[in-house]
Amino acid sequence: MLNPQLKLNPKIFNEDVEQAPIRKGFGQGLLKAGEIDENVVALCADLTESTQMHLFAEKFPKRFIEMGVAEQNLVTVASGMSAMGKIPFCSSYAMFSPGRNWEQIRTTIAYNDRKVIIVGNHAGISVGPDGGTHQALEDIALMRVIPNMDVISPCDAIEAKKATLSLAKTKKPAYLRLARDKTPIITTEETPFEIGKAQIYWMPDVGLAQVGIIVTGSLTHRAILAAKKLEEKGIKTKVMNLSSIIPIDKDAIITLAKETKAIVTVEEHQIAGGLGGAVAEILAQNYPTPIEFIGVQNTFGQSGTPDELIKHYKMDVPDIILAVEKVLKRKI
Amino acid sequence: MTYLTDNKILELKKTANLIRQSIIEMLVEAKSGHTAGALGMADIFTLFYFHILKHNPKDPLWEDRDRLILSNGHICPVLYASMAHSGYFPIEELKTLRKLGSRLQGHPHREYLPFVENSSGPLGAGLSQAVGMALADKINEKKDRYIYCFMSDGELNEGNSWEAIMLAGKNKLKNLIAIVDRNNIQIDGYTEKVMPLEPLADKWRAFNWHVIETGGHNFKELNDAVLEAQKIKDKPIVIIAHTTPSKGIKEWENDYKWHGIPPNKEQGEMALKELRELGSRF
Repeated sequence: MLNPQLKLNPKIFNEDVEQAPIRKGFGQGLLKAGEIDENVVALCADLTESTQMHLFAEKFPKRFIEMGVAEQNLVTVASGMSAMGKIPFCSSYAMFSPGRNWEQIRTTIAYNDRKVIIVGNHAGISVGPDGGTHQALEDIALMRVIPNMDVISPCDAIEAKKATLSLAKTKKPAYLRLARDKTPIITTEETPFEIGKAQIYWMPDVGLAQVGIIVTGSLTHRAILAAKKLEEKGIKTKVMNLSSIIPIDKDAIITLAKETKAIVTVEEHQIAGGLGGAVAEILAQNYPTPIEFIGVQNTFGQSGTPDELIKHYKMDVPDIILAVEKVLKRKI
Repeated sequence: MTYLTDNKILELKKTANLIRQSIIEMLVEAKSGHTAGALGMADIFTLFYFHILKHNPKDPLWEDRDRLILSNGHICPVLYASMAHSGYFPIEELKTLRKLGSRLQGHPHREYLPFVENSSGPLGAGLSQAVGMALADKINEKKDRYIYCFMSDGELNEGNSWEAIMLAGKNKLKNLIAIVDRNNIQIDGYTEKVMPLEPLADKWRAFNWHVIETGGHNFKELNDAVLEAQKIKDKPIVIIAHTTPSKGIKEWENDYKWHGIPPNKEQGEMALKELRELGSRF
């Protein structure tokens, strides 16, 4: 059942569940953050509307910097603005930022300890028809290896809005990962969100779960659908939303592994270096547990609709169900 | 920031000489580091730390200070020596350069030495940070300070540099003054052979900057260039300073081989002797 304490969207399993692009929540959150704090500024590399920065740019034109197609300059200029007390959000597509400007982010933001929020839009395979050049499948890995960098990957537009508002208030540099396509609304305004805290969205009605599914970002809805189908088949699972990849909720992950003794990780990212890698690092050191990984398997994407691509690259509901059944058999 | 008197010029010459001596001592002790650029920029650093900059070494994070971004972090021996001689930290500390636990990292790191405005080393990113600072001051309508960026000619090979130059021109950042250390050398050789930059002044002009060219070692000329820069009210300003790499040590001057190596003990003693002799004549 859905965790009753988290006030999740009751229509989550309906055919007509409301959908919205995760990036939309960022746009609304940024506007609100700008209203709360006049130091919030926004920089964009020629993608203002598609990265949803237009809401902020229209309301606060003096605090919006149009950078042109220049992602290296995007983050380094933001570093300089941060040095003067501004709170810069800089947005582009994840493939270009942090894809193209990784060293500048490392040196002038993380190493230099300047609070900048790097917003990577259109992350994951669900970018769709634009094809492989535009599908960032390595960005979680790129960002989570940098010391002094938070990495947040919201599950829906409402959580993206809350994450944006939270990041405006933290002291640290951060990467905010956003998907392009419409995704079902899972949470509500009342659902709690805290950087560094994982949450159990789905749990058995009674008793212990047999498998823990840990998911991040836009596949969270599919993970919950899989959990419901598994329940119908008599397999009890818990679904953990790990939107805060760094800081990672180590205790919650270990607790889930101790309960289930079998884990499946789910992400729209390469299996290497992403959420699954982060979970595996923690469990290998603290509570060795069999893990199955749902994600892109060391290949580039291609053109197609988001649904076609998620199915083709084996990240869909039936794939998650198969992974759960597989890991169950591996239990020690 | 004013015109220079003859006495002040003499004082600056003495200080620059001492800073060069410190640079040699640091590099000999460290057994690694970059010599040519550090010595070549000693006069410009001296002029800024002892005359131009609005700063307070006893209150390094004073909010209203000018900002001086060093983009090409590898010449940090001259930055550290200028900071020590102007009172930011003890001169004896200079000998810890590049050693484990030192505040004076091989390339500047703010975590170790919070008085520096930026961590640097990888080239081509300093001007962007200075542009960001100048933009922030423009948004805040803060008009009583300048953002200075010291950068090398070699790092103008980097695309990131030109992205910053384009954005500053677009935003007419009159509070931004870049100083290019035009010493014509980089690691692999002479700049015009490795990757030609000329006509360099025309390139900056084409990006809507006001360009001033000057020698890199005459204090009056350099000071006049900065005074002219501060009068410009409609665009960012670049001072292309024609410096001599390894300036002050005759045998090493203009030799690109000194870009990335330190003097050994013997070479260091020879250089210190030359500098002390020059110093005794002031």
